[in-house]
Amino acid sequence: MVAATEQGTPSPPMRRWRDSAAAGALVATLVIACALALSGAPFVLPVLIGAIVTAFAALVRPRAEHRIAAERARSHETARAGIQAVMSGIADPVVVLDSQGNVTMFNSQAKVAMPQLVIGRSFSFAVRSPEVVGAVESVLRDGTVAETEFHEKVPVERSFEVRATPVRIDAALGADASGAIEIVMLFRDVTAARRLERMRADFVANASHELRTPLASLYGFIETIEGPAKNDPSAQARFLAIMREQARRMSRLIDDLLSLSRIELKEHVQPTEEVRLDSVLSEVVDTLTPLAQECRTKIEVDGLNRVLVTGDRDELIRVFENLIENAVKYGQSGGRVEVSIADAERAVSVTVRDYGPGIAPEHLPRLTERFYRVDVVESRQKGGTGLGLALVKHILNRHKARLLVRSELGAGATFEVVFPKSAPEAST
Amino acid sequence: MADHIVRAFDTDLDTLSRGVAELGGLAESMTTRAIEALVRQSPTMANEVIALDARLDALQQELEEKAVLTIARRQPMAVDLRAVIAAIRVTHDLERIGDLAKNICKRVLAITGLVQTPKLVKGVEHLSQLVLTQLKDVLDAYVERDAEKALAVWEHDENVDALYTSLFRELLTYMMEDPRNIGVCAHLLFCAKNIERMGDHATNVAENVYYLVTGAKLQAERVKADTTSLEKPMSAT
Repeated sequence: MVAATEQGTPSPPMRRWRDSAAAGALVATLVIACALALSGAPFVLPVLIGAIVTAFAALVRPRAEHRIAAERARSHETARAGIQAVMSGIADPVVVLDSQGNVTMFNSQAKVAMPQLVIGRSFSFAVRSPEVVGAVESVLRDGTVAETEFHEKVPVERSFEVRATPVRIDAALGADASGAIEIVMLFRDVTAARRLERMRADFVANASHELRTPLASLYGFIETIEGPAKNDPSAQARFLAIMREQARRMSRLIDDLLSLSRIELKEHVQPTEEVRLDSVLSEVVDTLTPLAQECRTKIEVDGLNRVLVTGDRDELIRVFENLIENAVKYGQSGGRVEVSIADAERAVSVTVRDYGPGIAPEHLPRLTERFYRVDVVESRQKGGTGLGLALVKHILNRHKARLLVRSELGAGATFEVVFPKSAPEAST
Repeated sequence: MADHIVRAFDTDLDTLSRGVAELGGLAESMTTRAIEALVRQSPTMANEVIALDARLDALQQELEEKAVLTIARRQPMAVDLRAVIAAIRVTHDLERIGDLAKNICKRVLAITGLVQTPKLVKGVEHLSQLVLTQLKDVLDAYVERDAEKALAVWEHDENVDALYTSLFRELLTYMMEDPRNIGVCAHLLFCAKNIERMGDHATNVAENVYYLVTGAKLQAERVKADTTSLEKPMSAT
């Protein structure tokens, strides 16, 4: 029990002796008693009166003090509520920490960026990046502003510029002249800027590597047409057809790389509009029907009832176009592709199933990597860029949805897209 | 967590969990930067991570000391005792994760300038992303005391194993294609193995979080046959 007072309860501010009425009465009583004793007079009655006055003062005084303290606390609370209201108007995440590094206030933007924030708990529970923890420590130690950056790589890459400023809110409110340091943490989202920087480098690296192969073959054909096939119109026509196909592949590759970069750039921003998934699917199926007929494959659609998900319509069209097109192209030996929607309690899922040759298990976890191809030659023949599923993955990441792939060799493949229903979080 | 009569006990437990979270943050950061050093072939970054390991070790020892002191001073019971024990075990796993990140960086120093095509490291990067997600989720589960989330991490380790197996085959193919790749690929194979081991440590942490919250062991309920990781590399050779 002794340990109870070790920490936690703040020690009451030092009372000044002379201010206390009870102490004054006590001193007066003692002085009178001493004077009476010295003069030899009887002193029981005056001392009794003095004691009563002392007791009375001792009772009344703290009460008055209590009332003042309660009033102060209330006005203090009001002022803090005001600060909270101001914070809610700031577009960037803001968090206020006390002198122990515990969270005392934050705005809704902060809760979105750092879902683990809880009032009264240590900030390290929400953000454990050593840079940020170090900044908080240094502010508490030195009392000066600290700036740092906070990067998060998974599940989506995000970067914030963090500024930790020491403030004395209580002192400013007049509640407690010696108010302890508090820290205002301001986060500025710089994800887009950082992405843009990196994107350029990535784009050049990817594009140069992947464009080299078709370019090399173009050069080869040009040399042949200029040289050995100079006077052979039939060979020229044949080569020009191949060259056109190569050029088309290159431009498709650049298109895909560009859209991939665009998606990546906004991957950390979740879409907000409501989209009718069933109409997206029927639109995609309509556009792909000619291709399916060409491949002698039938697209069967099932369970197209009205289903709403939060998402970006164009991007979702892109996702299902890719999935169904893949199913038609690579699973055409199966002769049919099944598309279905299931609206369950916790998630909406769309399944695209083909009955083609299937995918070997060692390829399954890697399908969404850029330029990963199960069969390079087949993919090139079918006009694949090696980026389709990477694009799908990034779009779904942005939608906080998941892609599940199941397949067995010889038994076709199932691609399932699961949109979780954001039930509890969205309502609060 | 329920408040105790002795408030300092709450403070002790809180400091402990906070320390574990911060240690986890350090381990996460080291791993992220180790992979970045690998992908960008940057010896400077690698050296930075190697230097961080000493801090991680010191922090881990400090936390262990604190945990022991808490047991000695407060004689914790039930969930409190589990919190302290879990903290000790989790810090061990996190410290190991840091060691593995450091080892990756040493390998980066060895192969800098020898990786000709970015294709080689792409798979390793993908694996690391999976494991980093596992690590993040499990640390979130620890902070939130969320047994469900821990269970999810524990179950997803399967994906890490599958990806590792696939990567193993791919790197083997590169070695067979061109013997000049063997040196680099061998290092990358060890990097991949290190990352896969990190995933195992994340699973250990998940087990401890589950134990901390529920008091039950996860191991007994393991249903899935974990023989895939043994079979596949054999058939690949």
